[in-house]
Amino acid sequence: MDDKQVILSVKGLCLEFSHRKGAIKALRDISFDMCQGEILGVVGESGAGKSLTGSAIMGLLDDSAAITAGEIVYQGQRIDNLDDASRQALRGKEISAIFQDPLTSLNPVLTIEEQLTETILTHLPLSQSEALEKAIALLEEVGIAQAAERIKQYPHQFSGGMRQRIVIALALCVDPFIVIADEPTTALDVSVQSQVLQLLKRLCKQHGTTVMLVTHDMGVIAEVCDRVAVMYAGEVVEIGKVHDIVKHPQHPYTVGLMDSIPRIGVRKKRLSQISGSMPRLTELPCGCKFHPRCQFKQFGCDTTTPCLKQTTTTAVACLRDISIEEHI
Amino acid sequence: MNDLIATQEPSLKRRWGAKMTDIVSSVWDSDIVYSLRNSKVTIVSFIVMAVILILGLGADLFAPTNPFDPTSFSLFDSEIPPVWTDSGDSRFILGTDIQGRDVYSLLLYGVRISLMVGFVSVLLSLVLGVVLGLISGYFGGKVDALIMRIADAMLSFPTIMFALLVSGVARGIFPKEMHGDISVYVIIFSITATGWMQYARTVRGAALLESGKEYVQAARVMGSSSARIMFKHILPNTISPVLVIGTLHIALAVLTEATLSFLGVGMPPNQPSLGTLINEGNQYLFSGQWWVVLFPAMVLVVLALCVNLVGDWIRDVLNPKLR
Amino acid sequence: MFVFLLKRAAQAIGIVLVVAFLSFVMFQFVGDPIEGMISENATQQERDELRESLGLNDGVIVQYTRFVKNMAQGNFGISYYNKSDVLSLIIERLPATLELVFVAVVISLVVGILLGVWSAYSRNGLMKNTVQILSLVGVSLPSFVAGILLIVVFSVWLKWLPSHGRGEIVEFGYWSSGLLTLSGLKAVLLPAISLSLFMITMIMRLLKSEIQETMRADYIRFAKARGISERSIKYKHVLKNSILPVVTIIGLQVGGLIAFAVVTETIFQWPGMGLLFIQAVNYVDIPVISAYLVIVAIMFVVINTFVDLIYLLVDPRIKVS
Repeated sequence: MDDKQVILSVKGLCLEFSHRKGAIKALRDISFDMCQGEILGVVGESGAGKSLTGSAIMGLLDDSAAITAGEIVYQGQRIDNLDDASRQALRGKEISAIFQDPLTSLNPVLTIEEQLTETILTHLPLSQSEALEKAIALLEEVGIAQAAERIKQYPHQFSGGMRQRIVIALALCVDPFIVIADEPTTALDVSVQSQVLQLLKRLCKQHGTTVMLVTHDMGVIAEVCDRVAVMYAGEVVEIGKVHDIVKHPQHPYTVGLMDSIPRIGVRKKRLSQISGSMPRLTELPCGCKFHPRCQFKQFGCDTTTPCLKQTTTTAVACLRDISIEEHI
Repeated sequence: MNDLIATQEPSLKRRWGAKMTDIVSSVWDSDIVYSLRNSKVTIVSFIVMAVILILGLGADLFAPTNPFDPTSFSLFDSEIPPVWTDSGDSRFILGTDIQGRDVYSLLLYGVRISLMVGFVSVLLSLVLGVVLGLISGYFGGKVDALIMRIADAMLSFPTIMFALLVSGVARGIFPKEMHGDISVYVIIFSITATGWMQYARTVRGAALLESGKEYVQAARVMGSSSARIMFKHILPNTISPVLVIGTLHIALAVLTEATLSFLGVGMPPNQPSLGTLINEGNQYLFSGQWWVVLFPAMVLVVLALCVNLVGDWIRDVLNPKLR
Repeated sequence: MFVFLLKRAAQAIGIVLVVAFLSFVMFQFVGDPIEGMISENATQQERDELRESLGLNDGVIVQYTRFVKNMAQGNFGISYYNKSDVLSLIIERLPATLELVFVAVVISLVVGILLGVWSAYSRNGLMKNTVQILSLVGVSLPSFVAGILLIVVFSVWLKWLPSHGRGEIVEFGYWSSGLLTLSGLKAVLLPAISLSLFMITMIMRLLKSEIQETMRADYIRFAKARGISERSIKYKHVLKNSILPVVTIIGLQVGGLIAFAVVTETIFQWPGMGLLFIQAVNYVDIPVISAYLVIVAIMFVVINTFVDLIYLLVDPRIKVS
């Protein structure tokens, strides 16, 4: 992290949804950096604000959502306040995205060729035939056999795994600097998941692309990420290198997440789980948002909101000063 | 003792008052009332609809004359324009027609007949459609296939054409002097026969969904009768979409009846609906008596518009997803 | 593709046969065909002979087969009222109705699609409301009232367009066209507009909701994420997906359009099949009614098959499934 250059940083980002009974604060004070070429995992339960953070970076928020504080800085330039046209010029070319469901990510009435070449021609000054050549080469790169023929086909003629490969090709076709991959393998068969994940990892490492990988699956994080940010109820509660997070989690929520993964070779009577469920955004507790479910809660957890503090390994937002390992 | 009551009463009252305000404010803040408060168009439509409804249903009370009583009008009063024009007559607010009948009175009675035909046909379609839909969705199999086939066929049969056909057949079967009397049945039958499919499809969908659920299976195992399961468990789930379809259907039914009457196969001149009045007025349009056709046409369009607006609003409230 | 066509053809023939059966039943049970064909003071023997010669004493199935056979040869019988051949009566009037419906469809497509796209993409609240209210008025304004209004405004007040008739027509053998002369074009305008109002509203509402639905689709979000221009997203990616249901609606609405042509033709005294039909209903002219029914069924089936074919060509997903 120290030797690499920060390419994108999110600073104190707050985001609200307008609602007639008052604003819903969906993201509160989110801060993290993404470094050149790394894969940053963002993990958390559904509703924690992972995808929303991705959408905010892409500039693809719904009309009802608004950034109320903080900024997003990309290569030294603030991008969250850019106008629509400049934002659009950034999308695809500099920052691209992959979405969850490959079955719905491709336009059903346009051929793969139309979708690929249009994306290429939007960003690169190529001729139609050059774009087609590049498109075919891309499809071959993501592992689609007979790309030259199959490029004429429509999305429904491909399997789910193949479609997600096409989606990856589309997202990476003009070499963006950053890709935001929102649960890219969740909708796929388990057998295909790992293949697609490895493909994504390989391509990004080859091209030096920075990836923000949103997932709720700690297994995926452990498999491909360099660093991890753990989100809970619209806040980042812990962030650090993947090794540290997996081996020495500091935040009680991260500990709970780690304990809920089955591991081969570790004998346990039963998998532990975090009791209770994430609070609704309309009824957030005071103080630390996790304290009602926390087994380590102490005096003050229900009144003081903790900030991210750098420890020897990870940065963690928790009021306790002794590490959990010592606790146990 | 007295002290106790004296001290308790105001607090009780206050508590009661607070509770009432609570209830009032919770009703006031509820989604339905909120969307109504925010939709002035809906409020206006509601009011206009209610006024037309009351005037039509109480035609006997509100109409100055009975246009079907030959002694109440005379040819000497014929073709008088509305009261605000130069040659208007204060007895006839909206003028008179070629026979000297008061257009305002005709209008009220016309509204009543139009609404009556509309309500009855919608009610019949609703009952028929709901029952067929329940049967179709609950029993499935061949019965379902048959009912849905018929529904599909009827869906591609435009109401107007169906009504014209039924009317033609009825005219062939019944003697000429009965033609006027049967036409109201012809219209109601036609609107019902071409209007039940949407209810049936909606209810069938819900019934299919519900009858697969465990509680229905359980009820079946416990020996509840099919009819009981259908009406007690499945029917309540279909009320809101049926209500929406019903409201919008009323507007359509009133318009269809008007169209048929305009074509001369609907309500006869001795029982004129709005459509009949427009048809009669249309014949004198070129000779300058615009008021005979204008007012029924206006009332018809305004009525249909208001019902449609209210129906749209109900749909939006009951099904926010569709908004 | 071939199987599909074969299936459609079988279906189409089935529908026409069912409708033919309906009209046959009407022939059998509504009124006595003999009464319509013979003079009132004919003797009982003459009646019996006519009955026998018409084959009215044969079994129902034999009669139905003969009925269908006759129809297939274009023999729909003699009109009770006009005393002339039903088929030639209808053929004489067919072009007028078809041209009216055609112009109405063209108007509804152009106006409906433009208004639908416009209202879906417009960010201007006032415009959106106007279009929405217009669409409600379209649903609430019955075709005949619209027709009367159009006549009052454009024929009576402004005197721009004729209130009835087809204007000058040009004959081509069986076909007569009013679309080639100025007066013919002028004459078709008002009826076609009044006929198209409902379909315009329909297309507009449908297209608007389809576009709004498609705008929320994942693939549109993904296209935006790839930086595809807003123009291309709106008019290529979204529109191509949203226009398909409109194609289907047109097929389904053709029946309605032909039925409503009856109303329009009555108001504008348009000399088409609808006017003939309403006359036939009034005079209980069963041969004309049943012939009209069968011919409309054929038209309906042909147009729907045609629409399905278009759908097949436009939507890539259907080819496989």
